[in-house]
Amino acid sequence: MAISVVVPRALTPYTRGAGTLVVEEPCTTVGDALAAIAARLPALTDRVLTEQGEIRRHVNVFVGDESVRFLDGLGTRVEAGTVITIVPAVSGG
Amino acid sequence: MPPASSRRPPGDVVVLVGTTKGAFFFSADESRKKWTMSGPHFPGEAVYSLAYDSRGGRTRTFAGTQSSHFGGTIRVSDDFGKSWVGPERQAVRFPEGSGLSLAGVWQITPGRADEPDRMWCGVEPAALFESRDAGESWEPVEGLLKHEHRPKWQPGGGGLCLHTIVVDPHDRARMGIAISTAGFYRTDDGGKSWRARNNGVRAVFLPNNYPEFGQCVHKVAHHPARPERLFLQNHWGLYRSDDWGDTWTDIANGVPSDFGFAMVTNPNDADTVYIIPLQSDQFRIVPEAKLRVYRTRDAGASWEPLAKGLPQENAFECVLRDGMAADALDPAGIYFGTRGGKLYGSANEGESWTEIADSLPPICCVKTAVVER
Repeated sequence: MAISVVVPRALTPYTRGAGTLVVEEPCTTVGDALAAIAARLPALTDRVLTEQGEIRRHVNVFVGDESVRFLDGLGTRVEAGTVITIVPAVSGG
Repeated sequence: MPPASSRRPPGDVVVLVGTTKGAFFFSADESRKKWTMSGPHFPGEAVYSLAYDSRGGRTRTFAGTQSSHFGGTIRVSDDFGKSWVGPERQAVRFPEGSGLSLAGVWQITPGRADEPDRMWCGVEPAALFESRDAGESWEPVEGLLKHEHRPKWQPGGGGLCLHTIVVDPHDRARMGIAISTAGFYRTDDGGKSWRARNNGVRAVFLPNNYPEFGQCVHKVAHHPARPERLFLQNHWGLYRSDDWGDTWTDIANGVPSDFGFAMVTNPNDADTVYIIPLQSDQFRIVPEAKLRVYRTRDAGASWEPLAKGLPQENAFECVLRDGMAADALDPAGIYFGTRGGKLYGSANEGESWTEIADSLPPICCVKTAVVER
């Protein structure tokens, strides 16, 4: 079973309109999954990660219901069936 | 690219206004009496830098946009904002391994007239980027990126930003930049090496008030007809240099405060400069809550207030470092925008002012374009 990555509406211009992406490539971490997406949709991951590969300060990435900031960051483990959700933080104005 | 006729704005002068929540463009004919607004462009995104470039037959507007969530980039329009080309990828990127990530674009500056495809941009964290293809792609200037002073540069209230770029129109090897908080730096070899040029500029917030670098320079301006003469608005201090920054002289002669941010030269006169003093660093409001622009017409020997048409009581306003600009008409138009969201303009070099807009979001930058018919 693949991994799913749910994308916020604001970033769908960079996913050709898709709200959920499927990662079929073998992945063991969140970072692996985002790297697989970056290979085909680099404009999307530019907006999630800085050029140094860190999650942007006001973007949250969840595995299931837990933010990876409280797990192992991009090293958080994933497995078949995992749902990764990208969510803009409650910030701005 | 659309045909030239559809690329024109509805007027001869365009005032480009960047705010914390998008950009707004105001167009008027050369009388500059009646303004038409377009915008917001990039609603919800902060626009700290705008620029217009008419070199090489272009009518190109650049916008440095910053999403609080998804980062920043530079977007381009060839039709005054009717359409924008946003690069899919983040156009301005620090090299892998540098440990630096773009926080925002603070300044976009066209290069010399004889190099129509060269552009410069200043960013936070402090770095200078160069484009050789009219803004399609950008590369960091290594000589500044790897400067030996970098580890000691400290961020000011706005972050560690490279906010000012002054280009020598005659000498391709020479240009200057200013960083808060690092001071003024100059290259004489096309960007390979950079020397701090702050001799005589105070740093009131350091134990040594006159260090080699570390000054909080807020803005530097010069006139292309006399590029070696620089004017500098400091974090406390108003200065002039007649030797491209080698030495600086205090010119705070008759201003109510030498604290401020914005500074702009008059395109028609190399001795005329405009500033908007603020009361203090602790209370960044115009002195006595009277909104006054100050002008020198003798290169800083004296300053006069320009207040006709501006509120003279209860004006608790602040104008940021890129919040003032001049157009290239004669007489020159002078424009400024406040953190309170008011945009003012003068069509007679500051003699009198009118309010162009009164309810914009907080204004970060004001730039101009004069469109030739």
